[in-house]
Amino acid sequence: MSKLLNIALIGNPNTGKTSLFNTLTGLNQKVGNYPGITVDKKTGKCKLSDTISAEIIDLPGTYSLNASSEDENIAVKVLSEKGNVNYPDIVVVIADVENLKRNLLLYTQVKDLGLPTVLAINMQDIMASKGISIDIDALENELNTKIALISTKKNIGIANLKEILVAYKSIPLVPCDVCDTSILIDKSLNKKQQQHKDTVKRYQFIKIALENNYKVEVHRAKGFRAKLDKVLTHRVFGYLIFFTILFNIFQALFIWSEYPMELIDSLFAFLSDWAKGNLPAGGFTRLLSEGIIPGIGGIVIFIPQIAFLFLFLSILEETGYMSRVVFLMDKIMRKFGLSGKSVVPLISGTACAIPAIMAARNIENWKERLITILVTPFTTCAARLPVYAIIISLVIPKGNSFLGMNNHALVLMSLYVLGFAAAILSAYILNKTLKIKSKSYFVIEMPNYKMPLFKNVFYNVLDKTKAFVYGAGKIILAVSILLWVLASYGPGKEFNQAESIVKIEYAHLDENTLESKIASYKLEHSYIGTFGKFIEPSIKPLGYDWKIGIALLTSFAAREVFVGTLATIYSVGSEDEATLMEKMKKEVHLDTMKPVFDFPTGISLLLFYAFAMQCMSTVAIVKKETNGWKWPLIQMFGMTIFAYLVALVSYQVLH
Amino acid sequence: MTIADLIEGDKAIITSFIVDEIPLKLIEMGCIAGNSVELVQSAPLKDPLYLNINGTFLAIRKETASQILVKKI
Repeated sequence: MSKLLNIALIGNPNTGKTSLFNTLTGLNQKVGNYPGITVDKKTGKCKLSDTISAEIIDLPGTYSLNASSEDENIAVKVLSEKGNVNYPDIVVVIADVENLKRNLLLYTQVKDLGLPTVLAINMQDIMASKGISIDIDALENELNTKIALISTKKNIGIANLKEILVAYKSIPLVPCDVCDTSILIDKSLNKKQQQHKDTVKRYQFIKIALENNYKVEVHRAKGFRAKLDKVLTHRVFGYLIFFTILFNIFQALFIWSEYPMELIDSLFAFLSDWAKGNLPAGGFTRLLSEGIIPGIGGIVIFIPQIAFLFLFLSILEETGYMSRVVFLMDKIMRKFGLSGKSVVPLISGTACAIPAIMAARNIENWKERLITILVTPFTTCAARLPVYAIIISLVIPKGNSFLGMNNHALVLMSLYVLGFAAAILSAYILNKTLKIKSKSYFVIEMPNYKMPLFKNVFYNVLDKTKAFVYGAGKIILAVSILLWVLASYGPGKEFNQAESIVKIEYAHLDENTLESKIASYKLEHSYIGTFGKFIEPSIKPLGYDWKIGIALLTSFAAREVFVGTLATIYSVGSEDEATLMEKMKKEVHLDTMKPVFDFPTGISLLLFYAFAMQCMSTVAIVKKETNGWKWPLIQMFGMTIFAYLVALVSYQVLH
Repeated sequence: MTIADLIEGDKAIITSFIVDEIPLKLIEMGCIAGNSVELVQSAPLKDPLYLNINGTFLAIRKETASQILVKKI
């Protein structure tokens, strides 16, 4: 029987904590949640020796145990509550060899909790080039622990670390004893002043501990960082480089994901057809082929875009470039009530607002963070693309008009610009109207430049994509099933006796036409059709009929459901095999016989989707991040009313 | 003088600041009286400031920087 140890991993950001976690656990890791909050809980299994295995928990990166955010609070809870399910047998504090001084602050705090605390000093591989030398034995004595000198990049020292962990019982439990309790009971100081005094004490202790045991020859290899900084944060080139990178990312996103997306699309169409043709006919087969399979397909189709975006973003983060962008953009963003750190959420928002809003967590200033959360859903997320794609190809004539640019591409690009403009402008308005006083705190570490590690990028992309599929996926799937049920059943005798009613009314029609007449009559009188008709008067001024109305309603759960709904509505309504686009083209208003999807209606729809808040998952995440219903409701109604008005004006002008 | 008064390349020693006026995170990262600070670079619009405090490279806004008194060396 092998023994299972609980090991907690903690460290400053940018120390290679995640690399060590990935090295130790490999693919045996999973991401879960701590009860009640949205902080990711990463755990994984690792074999330490033939008889001993460990469950490793990767705690959020933090500079200290003076918790000031939800993420840091988790670390404190896990390490200090003996009853906590995650309470560890051993703690590994991982530190960056180049900045041991600062990293040891966290070490002394953890050590004082009375747990066996191992210090892993990372980036052993750069010691020679940076002229760093450490007397490990002497330092082990000063710090009262075992030290493993490792390199997660070169895979050095991992076996030694495992040996230390196996023999954890020999690690002294004595605290560093730097915490002066007189500070903590001094009533004349507030909490922050106490924490300041405590930090000063700890730094004094660290200074003494490192005095003779840690040496750096100062004038070695400092040039690379400085030279790169000069270019990347230059007042002209800095912005130029940033926007060039951004532009290329977006372009690659489209080109690279086009092929896999088409593949996924046809795969699910095939599956749906196969199910329809090969399973015994009946309610369940219809639910499967018309509800569940297209529903899952609607989620899977976004994976390529989301994965590629997070691939680029995690490369930018890993290299250390993202901090330079934050530094470069802060002053400009502040004019709009945002922070330099809002750049990451706003870019992530072009894939999906959910991880984007979570990325706003490291904005210290509450007002700036709130505004970032509120405006991020304006950026054009991946879910809007299928809606844009189908409407654009329906109502915008093909051809080149502007600088040789394809009309369709031009309109799509304008919609992206429109999304960003709406985000920035609403941020400006919110900044002027919100009366929130908070200090203009802003601290960002400027890490060393480094080559991104493949395994870190890989696991990051995997985690983020999984989080999207499971998070947003559940809702999209549930809505597709609900939708199918509402469209397949109806109240009253019109629905239930559709067949006989239509047969009497259209007795002269041939069998095929009759079939489709019955189907569309059924849809019209189904639950969802009844509801669509009910709201028709309110959306008629926008140029929509009741079928678009249904799609509009269902897409309040998630935007991309719009296309799926229309597909359901039109395939439920007719049996011929034309593609959705052709069917939409043929749709006419019954009273005027004019096409439904004409230019004014198309533009009105595009604008509505650009601005309206139609994503239940986003509402849910905003509620969690702002601790209440106030802000998500303000956001939802604000965005949707604005979208309604813009669509109304555009239709009435163009019509 | 404060950190906000330094020019690029200047090195100084932190002398004092009002604890309640600066973020705790900055203190934890090494902003403590007696530690060294160097202005590595200002952002293009002169704000934020890119510093090296006690061996840690970080950026803070001018508003915070002007709260931290220093002595040039």
